[in-house]
Amino acid sequence: MAAGKEIRAKIGSIKNTQKITSAMQMVAASKMRKAQDRMQASKPYAQRLRTVIGHLANANPDYRHLYLQEREVKRVGYIVVSTDRGLCGGLNINLFKKMSQEMKQWKEQNVEVAICAIGAKGTGFFKSRKANVVASIQSLGDKPEVRELIGGIKVMLDQYEAGEIDRLYVVYNDFISAMSYEPSVQQLLPLEHADDETAKRNSWDYIYEPDAEKLLNELMVRFIEAQVYQAVVDNNACEQSSRMLAMKAATDNAGNFINELNLKYNKARQAAITQELSEIVGGAAAV
Amino acid sequence: MANITVHCDIVSAEEAIFSGVAEVVVAEGISGSLGIMAGHEPLLTKLKPGPIKVRTLHNKEHVFYVEGGFLEVQPDSITVLADTALRVDDIDEKAALEAKERAEKAIAVHMQDHEFAELQIQLARALGQLRAVRDAKQ
Repeated sequence: MAAGKEIRAKIGSIKNTQKITSAMQMVAASKMRKAQDRMQASKPYAQRLRTVIGHLANANPDYRHLYLQEREVKRVGYIVVSTDRGLCGGLNINLFKKMSQEMKQWKEQNVEVAICAIGAKGTGFFKSRKANVVASIQSLGDKPEVRELIGGIKVMLDQYEAGEIDRLYVVYNDFISAMSYEPSVQQLLPLEHADDETAKRNSWDYIYEPDAEKLLNELMVRFIEAQVYQAVVDNNACEQSSRMLAMKAATDNAGNFINELNLKYNKARQAAITQELSEIVGGAAAV
Repeated sequence: MANITVHCDIVSAEEAIFSGVAEVVVAEGISGSLGIMAGHEPLLTKLKPGPIKVRTLHNKEHVFYVEGGFLEVQPDSITVLADTALRVDDIDEKAALEAKERAEKAIAVHMQDHEFAELQIQLARALGQLRAVRDAKQ
């Protein structure tokens, strides 16, 4: 019965693993709901801000803000949003693949890439690839706050203002539904013109209170922060939903595995009994 | 005749607090109080902590308290992007009064040091909330 005992031990250990994965699945499911709420709650603000900035880009101000000026691209900056923890399926890997493609394209054009990595996974990945990681933000937890992001964003904005990078993108997983998400790249700087027909182009300007420079500066920084924050909460919702799916798959697999092993165990037991019986019968006949 | 109503949105970083049609929106900009009606010139201003009054059709008035943020005006829309926004009913008047007194007392002590600015912000916040409550009662 040696084989039987081994199989039984294996079944026991898989059952334990299954318990863990199914618990993780449930935790992720409840966290996902919360993350989704957070995502929805902050969406209106980011959208409105985006519209305002869109109007602004279409206006014809006397004062042209640095963030609105297109310039020749020599170096680009990326803010890459990843997760802090693993066990969430292919979420990070897909994102990094997309990012690597982008980096390759820039490399072909002889453009350098600077990265601000949000999340431990991203930091690890890009550091091991010897990419130029200029800032990194980690352990945001399940409730990311704008405050925690400001430092990393400021590094990138300062570089942009100093002319060290000429474009800034944010890369994150866009939450489409609980079942689907997709890596997406969004340009933050310079700000792109909005395709809003209601605001006629280049024919008007705002009245600014206080002065344009001060106001725009604050507004732009706020906008960038809101966009990055939105990316982070989106990515967080993706992380939870992806983890939920991955853990569900793991739990199902464990179940299948256990069934198979049970079958094997029963067969082995049957075989052992049959063998014993035939030995006894054979022994009796010999006597 | 031009439209007499304008679409108004008030959003804070946490939630969308108001969205609808308004006749007049009264807000406290950084350089003074503003009353905005439909067809206003495009305007962009910072906001002081204080009340925002929205008069909708049939003379109904809604009062909100907003703190920090921006007001954008387009001829056909008004957008308030607040750092925080509260419905007036959610303001704790007593707490605001206490905060005001506390801040005033503390300011008298810390006239010169670095806490002064922080205290001023606290005071402005409390006063703004009280103004919003008063406006709502009128």
